[in-house]
Amino acid sequence: MKCRKCGGAAALELRRHNAAFCAPDFLEFFRNQVREAIRRHKMFTRDERVLVAVSGGKDSLALWDVLLDEGYDATGLYLDLGIFDYSVESKAKCEAFAARRGAPLIITRVADEVGGPVPVIKQVTRRPPCSGCGLSKRYLMNRAALEHGMAVVATGHNLDDEAATLFGSVMHWQTDALPRQSPALASTHPKLVRRVKPLYRLSEREAAAYAFLRRIDYIVEECPFAKGATSIAHKEILNRMEEASPGAKHNFLFGFLEKARPAFERAEAVQLNECARCGQVTTGTVCAFCKLADQVKRAAADVPPAPEQ
Amino acid sequence: MKVVLRNPRREVEVAGNRRVKDVLRELDILPETVLVIRGDDLVTADQMLRDDDVIELRPVMSGGVR
Repeated sequence: MKCRKCGGAAALELRRHNAAFCAPDFLEFFRNQVREAIRRHKMFTRDERVLVAVSGGKDSLALWDVLLDEGYDATGLYLDLGIFDYSVESKAKCEAFAARRGAPLIITRVADEVGGPVPVIKQVTRRPPCSGCGLSKRYLMNRAALEHGMAVVATGHNLDDEAATLFGSVMHWQTDALPRQSPALASTHPKLVRRVKPLYRLSEREAAAYAFLRRIDYIVEECPFAKGATSIAHKEILNRMEEASPGAKHNFLFGFLEKARPAFERAEAVQLNECARCGQVTTGTVCAFCKLADQVKRAAADVPPAPEQ
Repeated sequence: MKVVLRNPRREVEVAGNRRVKDVLRELDILPETVLVIRGDDLVTADQMLRDDDVIELRPVMSGGVR
């Protein structure tokens, strides 16, 4: 197999693009896709500081790597979820990357903020661990950006992540979730920062290949709680479709973004309030994060919950 | 030929002197879900593997419900 650009030996075949690239030309292809995402969705400018949420995995470290190479002022944010050895190792990968690149890294412990690490949150809430974990991550990312004066949070969500989320939303016709699925979510409140996904044009395999070819030391092991997660089952289904029809995932996601998403956007804006406790943005009176933290702290103190009013 | 698999890490022995895609098919692994690594390089599905090769099939999937 030959590189589409230089004719040399290919390192990676991209069937959905009907192309193959050698290592240097693939890395350039990857950077070009990130540039295109940032440009097309006006994600951020070179004058803005960007907070990159890093997990120690291939996607977020690849994203941080590209942004630093492109000259962006990109600070990492690692949220220590307290998930046994997985968190210890993933934190070490982020710290090593930050040190190697001389880039600033902020570390926040979920346990300090919520009252317990993710395994405890799982136990207390009796809900799938990804639920409380995702809620905490979104909240803490936004808060960290505000505290450090950054207008935008960038996450490493890739094409497969986005296609799997879309698949899940469509399977349940979650019409509230559909308009919120976007490569770039604008700030709709002074206390909500912009959220962007500069890797949305790149597949999971492309992100892994970039990280490997750039010799980024990332955590290959999955989060122990991700096993059996619905999104992984959806990714597997989509990969079967991709195998039968290269480009299926791309067409599914991009077709939605271009043709279907506008139809689900609601005319009326959602009423946003500031949480009575923490001041962060919520649609209710007390935000979901404060309620979760209450629940976890109450359980930790072993005080029985107050009876329902 | 030795094949290193991950999550959990384990090794299997398969016959060499055939293409990457034939090895993936025997192991029932979709090409879209792994990087095929030999030493410091990535190898494409059409490449021939020798009997004394060691390759790693590194899964690329990550994440839970977001």
